Amino acid sequence: MTGFARLLRAEWTKLRTVRGWVAGLTAICLLIVGLGLLFAAASHSSCSNGPVEVPCPTPPLGPDGVAVEDRFFLVSMPLDGNGVITARVNSMSGQIRLPDATPGVRNVTTGVVPWAKAGLMVKESTEQGAAYAAVMVTGGHGVRMQHNFTEDVAGGAQSVSSGSPRWLRLTRDQDTITGEESPDGKTWTGVGTARLEGLPAKVRIGLFAASPGHLTVTANSLGGSASASRFTQVTALVDEVKVAGTTSGTWDTDDIGVDHNLDGTPHHPGGLVRSGGTFAITGVGDIAPSTSESTIERSLSGLLIALVVVIVVAVLFVTAEYRRGLIGTTLLASPRRGRALAAKAVVVGAATFVSGLAGVAVTVPLARSIGRGNGVFTLPVSTLTEVRVIVGLAGVLAMAAVLALSLGAIFRRSAMAVIVALVALVVPYVLATASILPDEASRWLLRVTPAAGFAVQQSIPAYEHVTSYVAPVTGYFPLPPWGGFAVLCGYAVLALGLAVHRLNGRDA
Amino acid sequence: MRRELRAEWTKLRTVSGPIPLLLGTVVVTVAVSALAAGAMSCPAAGCGQDAARIGLFGVQLGQGLVALLAVVMVCGEYGSGMIRTSLTAMPRRIRLLAVRAALVSGLTLAAGTVAVLGSVLVAGLLLPGNGFTPEHGYPPLSLLDGPTLRASAGSVLYLVVIALLSLGVATAIRDSAVATGVVLGLVYLFPMVVLMVRNEDLQLVLWRISPMNAGLTVQATTSLPGMPIGPWAGLGVAAAWAVAALLVGGLLLRKRDA
Repeated sequence: MTGFARLLRAEWTKLRTVRGWVAGLTAICLLIVGLGLLFAAASHSSCSNGPVEVPCPTPPLGPDGVAVEDRFFLVSMPLDGNGVITARVNSMSGQIRLPDATPGVRNVTTGVVPWAKAGLMVKESTEQGAAYAAVMVTGGHGVRMQHNFTEDVAGGAQSVSSGSPRWLRLTRDQDTITGEESPDGKTWTGVGTARLEGLPAKVRIGLFAASPGHLTVTANSLGGSASASRFTQVTALVDEVKVAGTTSGTWDTDDIGVDHNLDGTPHHPGGLVRSGGTFAITGVGDIAPSTSESTIERSLSGLLIALVVVIVVAVLFVTAEYRRGLIGTTLLASPRRGRALAAKAVVVGAATFVSGLAGVAVTVPLARSIGRGNGVFTLPVSTLTEVRVIVGLAGVLAMAAVLALSLGAIFRRSAMAVIVALVALVVPYVLATASILPDEASRWLLRVTPAAGFAVQQSIPAYEHVTSYVAPVTGYFPLPPWGGFAVLCGYAVLALGLAVHRLNGRDA
Repeated sequence: MRRELRAEWTKLRTVSGPIPLLLGTVVVTVAVSALAAGAMSCPAAGCGQDAARIGLFGVQLGQGLVALLAVVMVCGEYGSGMIRTSLTAMPRRIRLLAVRAALVSGLTLAAGTVAVLGSVLVAGLLLPGNGFTPEHGYPPLSLLDGPTLRASAGSVLYLVVIALLSLGVATAIRDSAVATGVVLGLVYLFPMVVLMVRNEDLQLVLWRISPMNAGLTVQATTSLPGMPIGPWAGLGVAAAWAVAALLVGGLLLRKRDA
């Protein structure tokens, strides 16, 4: 056995033979599973249609398995093979419902929300979630080319108003769709190209309009914040509509994804009014990935409490040696002090990782199926993302253990080390995500403190083209997942280096 | 009783932990309050902010150091074996705990008063610059104002309550790392757990029994009717936690071998 392996074995023997530490390590796993399942079981979701309670509808899935919102008004005709559609968008107008000024009285104003959109679309079918590509004019984000819900490319920045219309053109060539824009219908600029894998020969081609809800965020007195999305609609005036290719030549209208009232009438319907060559298309809803449902990381609420146990065990793993005088023996057996501490870090980190991994890996699928039974839909993510969340969070616990161990070696006093570790890791996370601080301060905390590591748990990215409340309170971190994790690792390595330095420089 | 008090005071002031902790409490509380007051703004009338609560924000972090004071005082003795000497010299253990409670309360009261007065003063200077002006409905922070006085005095009492809670937990647990974890977990993580519960009735119940959430309602000066619990009742909840912790700690101190 080499020297370091022998050290590892010695440290592992110390760890597994102290009953309190084994209990702590087991508690890490049990806390994650227990609290996760408890919260999953206590969460219910129900929806009502008028006075009747109905099971909540689950969102449709897009072509790549992402849960999506697919609600808009489509004016289309069948297209067989390749084809081109051209049109001129002349204006966009609409309605926005604001929070009620007088309770119970609808407070509606005229206007267009920034992500209201109208333009041209090629869609596999009129089913919700079917593959599509579209070029569009938006209320406040200029011309965009979007496809399959998650993809979005910006074109020209100006929006339409009376007197300055925008021409749009969408070309289908096999499974490649190209979007272009033009100020006059003569000089064209490319906006973007989308490849829709496996697009059948027969598709729908036409015009559409959609308008996502108006989002308002209010703080509530319990320390959380409530966001509400209210009805909006957009009406786009489109003319000079030309379709080239093998088509039927007659327009069909589909109010895709519309909800129905109890009496069977559509709730907030879209619509089409044609006068001469002008199409007035009214649309409600959004074509975008769904972000409003529960996420896999929401079931991991026990993690934060497990983290406190991790910190306590890791700190004790080194401070107990000082208290009992065992440190003298340890350093006698391994006079190269840095290696002794490194062995401790590896052992406590690995033990924490395994316990945390077991806890998280069990909780995620179980909480999802319990949630399904309670009417709570969990947004599906790719296997890769799910593995990243599970392994990443176990890594966060392991790195927290290394950080806490190093602090224990630096301070040699349990209480001081525990409080510094908590203030570095737990307090910033709580302050940032419990909506105690303003959003800007929360983002700053999650960028510069070790708590940045929690970014690894964010399973749903923040989409620029989706109207949602993006802040740490709602689970969106300022750093990318592995970027945040790297910040935590940096702190852990720095602390370990400092601990080795102090261990070498002082008498034990 | 005087003898015990003197002995405990001598121990407390001659070890290296407590005095810097008390100074740290003052510095951290005032600094964090100042940061909060500098960061918040009120661009127009009806911005819905609670100026007193912002000005006393530092208490949220200061309480962590206050909690540590009791942990250091109690658990340090178990770590060094001093506890056996203490109990030989002062065999009436409940009296010992009472003396410690009195000492911790007194010191926290003193440090807390300085910290809270400093916070109110600093916030009073900073907030008007960020739009908390009389035109926007915010008269200058003043202790002559009833609710602000209640929030300030209540914050000092809250710190004392947290110190006593910590004393009880530390006496019961004896190990400083575990005791720190339990106290800070109880204070800081309970609010997180409350936020994570999605059942609203359960959330409200948990909010009302959470020591930090309920205890800090004493700082609220606006939207009081919307609060799940009244200011003094909230402080009472935190005090109930402290009493329970002291009872358990006292019982264990009597029953157990040191």
